[in-house]
Amino acid sequence: MKEALLIRNGIVYDPMNGVEGEVMDIAVEGGVIVEDVDEREAKVIDASGMLIMPGGVDIHSHIAGSKSNIGRLLRPEDHRRSYEPRTAVTRSGVGHTVPSTKTTGYRYARMGYTTVFEAASPPLKQKHTWEELNDIPIIDKAALTVMGNNWFIMDFISQDRIEDAAIYAAWLLKSTKGYGIKIVNPGGVEAWGWGGNVYDLDDQVPYFGITPREIVEGLCRVNSILNLPHTIHVHTNRLGMPNNCWTALRTVHTIRKSFGGGRPLIHITHCQFSGYAGSTWTTLRSGAEYIAKYVNSIDHVTLDIGQVVFTDTTTMTGDGPLEFRLFQSLAGKWANADVEVETGAGVVPVKYSRRSYVGTIQWAVGLELALLIDDPWRVCLTTDHPNGGPFTAYPRVISWLMSSKARGKVMEKANRRALKYTVLPSIDREYTFTDVAIVTRAAPARLLGLKSKGHLGVGADADIAIYDIDPRKIDPAVDYRMVRRALRRAAYTIKGGRIVVVKGEVVEDIPGRSIWVDVAVPGDRIEEVIREVKPRFEEFYTVKLSNYPVPESMLIGSSPIKVNPSI
Amino acid sequence: MAIPSILVEEKTTEYTVEDVVCPFCGCCCDDLIVTVRDSRIVDVRNACALGASKFLHMNEGRLLKPKIGRFDTAKEVSVDEAIETVANLLKDSSYPLFYGWACTSCESILLGLDLADLLGGAIDNTSIICHGPTVLAGQELGLIAATLGQVKNRADLIVYWGCNPLEAHPRHLARYSVSARGRFIDGRRDRKVVVVDVRRTATARMADLFVEVKPGYDYELLSALKMLVKDLDLEVDEVGGVPVSEIEKLADMMVEARFGALFFGTGLTMSRGRDKNVEAAIELVRCLNFKTKFVLIPMRGHFNVTGANEVFTWRTGYPLSVDFSQGYPRYLPGETTAVDILRRGECDLFFVVASDPISHLPRRILEHLGNIPVVALDPKITPTVYLSDVAIPVAYTGIEVEGTAYRMDTVPLRLKKIVEPPQGILSDVEILGMILEKLRG
Repeated sequence: MKEALLIRNGIVYDPMNGVEGEVMDIAVEGGVIVEDVDEREAKVIDASGMLIMPGGVDIHSHIAGSKSNIGRLLRPEDHRRSYEPRTAVTRSGVGHTVPSTKTTGYRYARMGYTTVFEAASPPLKQKHTWEELNDIPIIDKAALTVMGNNWFIMDFISQDRIEDAAIYAAWLLKSTKGYGIKIVNPGGVEAWGWGGNVYDLDDQVPYFGITPREIVEGLCRVNSILNLPHTIHVHTNRLGMPNNCWTALRTVHTIRKSFGGGRPLIHITHCQFSGYAGSTWTTLRSGAEYIAKYVNSIDHVTLDIGQVVFTDTTTMTGDGPLEFRLFQSLAGKWANADVEVETGAGVVPVKYSRRSYVGTIQWAVGLELALLIDDPWRVCLTTDHPNGGPFTAYPRVISWLMSSKARGKVMEKANRRALKYTVLPSIDREYTFTDVAIVTRAAPARLLGLKSKGHLGVGADADIAIYDIDPRKIDPAVDYRMVRRALRRAAYTIKGGRIVVVKGEVVEDIPGRSIWVDVAVPGDRIEEVIREVKPRFEEFYTVKLSNYPVPESMLIGSSPIKVNPSI
Repeated sequence: MAIPSILVEEKTTEYTVEDVVCPFCGCCCDDLIVTVRDSRIVDVRNACALGASKFLHMNEGRLLKPKIGRFDTAKEVSVDEAIETVANLLKDSSYPLFYGWACTSCESILLGLDLADLLGGAIDNTSIICHGPTVLAGQELGLIAATLGQVKNRADLIVYWGCNPLEAHPRHLARYSVSARGRFIDGRRDRKVVVVDVRRTATARMADLFVEVKPGYDYELLSALKMLVKDLDLEVDEVGGVPVSEIEKLADMMVEARFGALFFGTGLTMSRGRDKNVEAAIELVRCLNFKTKFVLIPMRGHFNVTGANEVFTWRTGYPLSVDFSQGYPRYLPGETTAVDILRRGECDLFFVVASDPISHLPRRILEHLGNIPVVALDPKITPTVYLSDVAIPVAYTGIEVEGTAYRMDTVPLRLKKIVEPPQGILSDVEILGMILEKLRG
């Protein structure tokens, strides 16, 4: 495909290349950004007075796989209030908080997002994840592989065989076409296999002679040995419980020893849910200040916020015991889905209310994290879709970050008592468009190690979002509603050099690519470890080892990234 | 329609395929060893009698040529002609109904959904006549499930309710539950087994406790158990024909289990109460989770009926009975199921893939099928094929063509291609793809 494209006179924000609101032309050819194209042969988009950013990158979103589908199944009432009829180019679909596959792709593309990472996929069910990801159009996607409660990983770590754990992890990634190491409530989900949980970094995981601390440290070393493009991606212990900010901080603190400068070591995901102080729900406080203070003082951690928005949504996580706790307090629907040897999962619908004390604290914690952490390169914007709210709420969250007036509007109607225990009302920081471009594109792309995404330099993928708003003429702090409107419906979304969205409508339905990590561990080393594992593998699992991997032929647009480990 | 008994080319080759996933029941056992001699399957090891017979007798009664015309007036046509005819029928149809999908791959189901969406028709799968009520109950409360390996490794109590796996899912007990060995459980002696059924089945005879419930009283018995688990008293002598002392015994066993698993079959979903029965079972398991660890898993029938629910759900948000007539997916069980639509005589074309509804759906719907075109895609000559106006033979998914299927516990597996289909026979994925192309182009 040699289709050339010339985007003229847009106001470009490309923080990775130091471009802050400059008027410039962008040339595209063969799906990537080039120095220049022949104007006579190129299709020209006049973007004068429009905001241009790289295509959005979502570092953590539950869009596909077993538990997303449990969420869809569980919520017919959610679908009935949000449906999209088919058009000449698009397929029909439904779902406010757990949209159907096609709709998920269209909605991301309409907001100018072009790359999305499925947050957690159990290897045993990764074929399911890929079948759904295949069915999500337009965007490029990848899946993080759940390993924090994997028996073989835990056994290797507890025997202090880190290199073998690394080889097994590499095999897992390669055979399930995963992208990185996801850790969900390390040890706790295994304990949930018996209806239990772990509550501290030094609790014992029943029968495994290992603690959450050892799992996190071990997998952090595994990640370094494998040279994976992303850090370990951690959903901390005690997530969603009062006073858990200390658990999150201890989790980050415990791996500081292995940090020798350079790339960060750990990504704390949906940090808002790990950001509570106060010992009970009635005395819940925001712990964001403590976390921000710590993060500002060290370099080895990054995070995404997992912002809560006031809406009715569907929570879903591999953290089975967490969902059971939610069910205990809400007594509504609760689905559970344990996965042998690997992890669990749960789904519970919730409603975040601005009148509620807890809801308001949760809302404030996410924003405080984003506003109190100085370096935007270490913060990514997420709602932990759909846990804090659906991804379609991103423009609203961005408007809160850019405008204290917008925040004030919400606080007027929020729970007063809760606001007293947060510092949000006193924060006057407002994000600039550069900050927004960092937390929604550049930072996630950099943290994920995606070299050709999140920027508009020559050679980058031509994933471009053009919004009909002139940052020179409007003040986002005041005209936050205009920002919101513009970000909701991109004037143009360009994916791999193809114009896929015009004026907020999908005009072309193309498949995206499937990104995964191919770790080049020497074949004999893998064989050695797998030969040792095989008898126990087939004793513990209910599938044969040979039927476990996801064949590459299952992936539409398979795009492996080669990685050379230090093995 | 000519039906040659055996279709083999003159070759003398023999090969063996290991770790084959069985395309028969919802167990999807993946350890079969299939031997092929002269392009013909001659031996199947590890499979149960049901699974093995599918492999060994697959060429009996096979549909080999596309046909146009009903009953005895059928005449053989080429694949292209059949596809052309089907495409034209679909073009002329204003509300086609697509049905089946339990015995084929997810890839094929997706194409069915493509067709239904494109044409503004309706689509349904066979779970409406098996575990549809399970799905409805799951929407109401949420299933509390686990993969079968959790049961194999941890469960010290197995309850089979309204199902008879020894005869319907023969390897379920050995591979996944009663005598399966795992990390923490060493087979049968570490487990208690309970069977609740209306008659003493083969499975009931090997149980530690058999509870014989009066037909139609499952809901009452489940509710009584729930009360006991919640430490409430039963102020009656018996519930559903079961003495309270026995119910108490079962409740105690459940509460005392470290990890309990409740498997249930169509005895619960297709008897009086249906989805309410399953809701009662879910509520019981919910209560049990406050005291111990308990899960419930439906005993799904066909090898990919679970997959049909999964694919429907990810594409349309709804697990079955989806109507696209308004341009977007709608779901109203009781109005949009295949049975409802056929009974009201609304659809003007009935398109069947990988199922034999004539043998299974209520007889009254046949009246409407007399008035509208019926299209069938099937490897075999079934009553539905016999009645259809156009039938196109397809390859066996999981034997002659690969694809994805979901086991009863929603674990996805890749079905294998072991032998070539008979000459000129395509997969349903290819046929549906060609029909779609004709409609789009």
